[in-house]
Amino acid sequence: MSSLSTHQEIWQPSRGKVGMAALIGMECFFFSGFIVAYLYYIGASAHGPFPRDVLEVKPVIVNSVALLSSSWTVVAAVRALNTGRVGSMGFWLLITVLLGTFFIWGTLAEWRTLIYDKGLTISTNLFGSTFFALIGFHAFHVCLGLMALSTVWVLGVLGQLKPSRDAMRLELISWYWHFVDVVWIFVFTTVYIVGMRP
Amino acid sequence: MTTPSTILAESSNRSVLERMHAWAVTVDHKKLGVMYILCGLVFFVIAGLEATLMRIQLIVPLNDVLTPQGFNQMFTMHGTTMVFLVGMPILLGAGNYLLPLMIGARDMAFPRLNAFGFWLFLFGGILLYFSWIGADGLYGSGGAPDVGWFAYSPLTSRTFSRGNSTDYWILGIMVSGFGSMTTAINFLATILCMRCPGMTMMRLPLLAWMMLVVAVLVLTAIPVLTAAQVMLLFDRTLGAHFFDPQQQGSAVLWQHLFWFFGHPEVYILILPPFGFISEIVPVFSRKVIFGYALMVAATVGIGFISLGVWAHHMFVVGLPPWLNALFAASTFLISVPTGIKIFNWLGTMWGGRIRFSTPMLFATGFLGMFIVGGLTGIMLAVVPLTHQLSDSYFVVGHFHFVLFGGTVFAIFAAIFYWYPKVTGRLMNERQGVWAFWILLLGFNLVFLPMHISGMLGMPRRIYTYQPGRGFEIWNLISTIGVPVQILGVGLIVWNMIRSLSRGAIAGNDPWDAWTLEWSTPSPPPEHNFDRIPTCTSARPLWDRKNPTDPDEHVE
Repeated sequence: MSSLSTHQEIWQPSRGKVGMAALIGMECFFFSGFIVAYLYYIGASAHGPFPRDVLEVKPVIVNSVALLSSSWTVVAAVRALNTGRVGSMGFWLLITVLLGTFFIWGTLAEWRTLIYDKGLTISTNLFGSTFFALIGFHAFHVCLGLMALSTVWVLGVLGQLKPSRDAMRLELISWYWHFVDVVWIFVFTTVYIVGMRP
Repeated sequence: MTTPSTILAESSNRSVLERMHAWAVTVDHKKLGVMYILCGLVFFVIAGLEATLMRIQLIVPLNDVLTPQGFNQMFTMHGTTMVFLVGMPILLGAGNYLLPLMIGARDMAFPRLNAFGFWLFLFGGILLYFSWIGADGLYGSGGAPDVGWFAYSPLTSRTFSRGNSTDYWILGIMVSGFGSMTTAINFLATILCMRCPGMTMMRLPLLAWMMLVVAVLVLTAIPVLTAAQVMLLFDRTLGAHFFDPQQQGSAVLWQHLFWFFGHPEVYILILPPFGFISEIVPVFSRKVIFGYALMVAATVGIGFISLGVWAHHMFVVGLPPWLNALFAASTFLISVPTGIKIFNWLGTMWGGRIRFSTPMLFATGFLGMFIVGGLTGIMLAVVPLTHQLSDSYFVVGHFHFVLFGGTVFAIFAAIFYWYPKVTGRLMNERQGVWAFWILLLGFNLVFLPMHISGMLGMPRRIYTYQPGRGFEIWNLISTIGVPVQILGVGLIVWNMIRSLSRGAIAGNDPWDAWTLEWSTPSPPPEHNFDRIPTCTSARPLWDRKNPTDPDEHVE
C-alpha cells in the first residue's frame, strides 16, 4: 500500500461558504416562484389600477442606486475586517445599514402612496397581488440582511469582534447582502421595465 | 468488553427523565437520525391506518363506512403524510445517521441546525394533524384537509374550502419544508466539506452521492412549493387573487408551480433508496459495484432531468401539444439513467456469491417491484395513453409500485441492514424472511389489481362506485391484501422492538461490509471514531481486510 494514497490530502471547501451558497441557491428558487407568477400575470388584471397608471419609476431608481451602492460599502467593510481595522469596518457597515434603511424607507413611501392615494392593495387585482408579494418578500429579505449587518456593527462597537475569527463570518453575511442586491436587479427588471411596457 | 455494547446498555444507569432530556436537547446526528426515523415510522402507521379505512370503504360498491367528506380527508392526509412525514423524514433521517459515519466525520457540518431541522419537521407534522381538532375556524366546518395532497386550485379557495383545514395543510407542510431545506443545506456542507483524509469525491460511498443530489433537489424544489403555498395563503387570508379564476387568476399556474416541486420530490423519495440498494447489493453479492462512475453520472443526470419533466402530471390539463410532446420526451429521457442503474445493480449481482439475507431479499424485492413501477411510468409518459388512464386507479397502482414497492421496500432493506449498527444487535433473520414474503404477497394483492380496475375506468379519489362495472372483484382483492400487508409490517415492527433486547450481538461488522461506518463499534460512540479514519479507495474496509489485494491498484 503506497503511503501516498493512504494520506492523500483532499481539497475541501469551507463549510460556511457551502452552507451560505446553498442557502442563497435555495432563496433564488423561492424568488423565481414569485417572479414567474409576476411575469405570468402581466396584463392579466381584470380591472385597474394597472402598473402604468400608478407606478413611478424615478423614486425607485434613486432607491435602487442606494441599495446597489451598498454592495460596494459592504465590500469595504469586509476588507477592513480582513486587515484587522475594526473601526473602519464599523464605519462602512454603518453606511451600508443606512443605505439599506433608506431603501426600505423608500419602499414604505411607495407603498403608502399606492395604498392610500391610488387604492392599490394586495386584494385589489392580480397586479396588486403579484406586486406586493414580490416587492414585499424582497423588502423582507433586505430587512433580514439589515438585522444581520446591524448585529455585526453592534458587536464591533462593543469590541466583541476578533478579525481572525469573524472576518469569514462577515464575508458570508456580505454574500447574502450581495444576493439581496442581485435579486433586486431581477425584481426591478420584472416590475419596472418588463411590467410597464404597454 | 464486559457488557455487550448495545443501545440499551449504553444508558441504562440513568433515569428515564434524564434519558428523555438527553434526546430532547441532543445535537448528535445519530440520535437525531434515529428520532427522524422513529417519528417517520409512527406517521407511517398513521398513514397506513388511513389507507386501511379507504380500502374498507371500497371493499364493496355503495359502501358507507366513510362519508364522502371523510374519504376526501383520508386520501388527502394519507398522501400528504406519506410524502412529507414518512418518506422525507425517514430518508433524510437515514442520511443524517449514516453520512458522517460513511465519510469518516465526527458529526454533520452544522449540528445545531440539524436539531433545528428535526424539530421543525416534527412540529410541522403535528400542526398538520392538529387540523383534526383545530380547523373549525369561524365557519364551523373544519376537520382535516380534504383537497388532495396536491391541493388543486380553485378547490383550495375560501369558496370551496371553508374553515381552516387548507391553512393547516399549507402551514404544516411549509414548516416541515423549512426543516427539510435546513437538512439539505447540512447534507451539502457535510458531504463537500467533512470528508476524512483520502476520501475523494470518486471514493464517496454511492449513498452519499445520491444524498448530495437529493440535497440539491430539495433546495431547488421545496422553495418553489413554499412560494406557491405563500401565494395560496395570501389568497385565503389576505384576499389576493393568485389562483382565483374569477379575477383572471390561473388554476394552471398552481399546477405548474406544484409539479415543478412535485416531480423532483418523487426523485427525492427514490434516490436515497437507490443509494441503499447501491450499498446493500454489492455487500451481499460479494462483488464491487458494477460501474461506479456511471452510477454517479446517472445520479447527477437524473437530478438534472427531473427538473424538466413536471408537466407530464398535466397532460390532460390542455397544454399546447408541442409542450406535451416536449415533456413526454424528457420523461422518456429520464428512464435512460434510471435504466442504467437497474442494469448496474443486476451487473453487480451477476456472477456474485449472493447471500440472500433479509436486507438482500428486500433489495431484490425492490428491484422487481421498482421495475414494474418504472415500466408503467413509461406507459404513462405516452400522452394518448395518459388521456385514457389519467386520474384512474392505474396511476394509483403505478406510483405505489414506485413509492411502496420501491421506496418502502428499500427502507426496510436499509432498516435490516443498518439496524445492527444503530442498536448493536441483529434483527431476527427467520422473522425477517417471513415478513418479506408476506409483505411482498400483501403488496401485490393490494396494488396489482389497481392497474386492472384503472384500465377498466375506475377513477381515483372516489368514495364509492356503482356495481356492475367490473370493479368489484379487483377492489375486493385489493382490500383482502390489506391485512396481509399489515401482518408483514407488524412483523417487522415487532422484530425491531424485540431485537432491541433479544437480538444477537452484532459486533462492528456483521455483514463483512466495506464502508467506513462498519469500522467503528455498534452502536457508534458519540464521537463516531476514536481516530479519524483514512480512506484508501471506494471500499476502505476491503483494503484493510485484504492488505495484499487493495482496491487502490484497480482504481
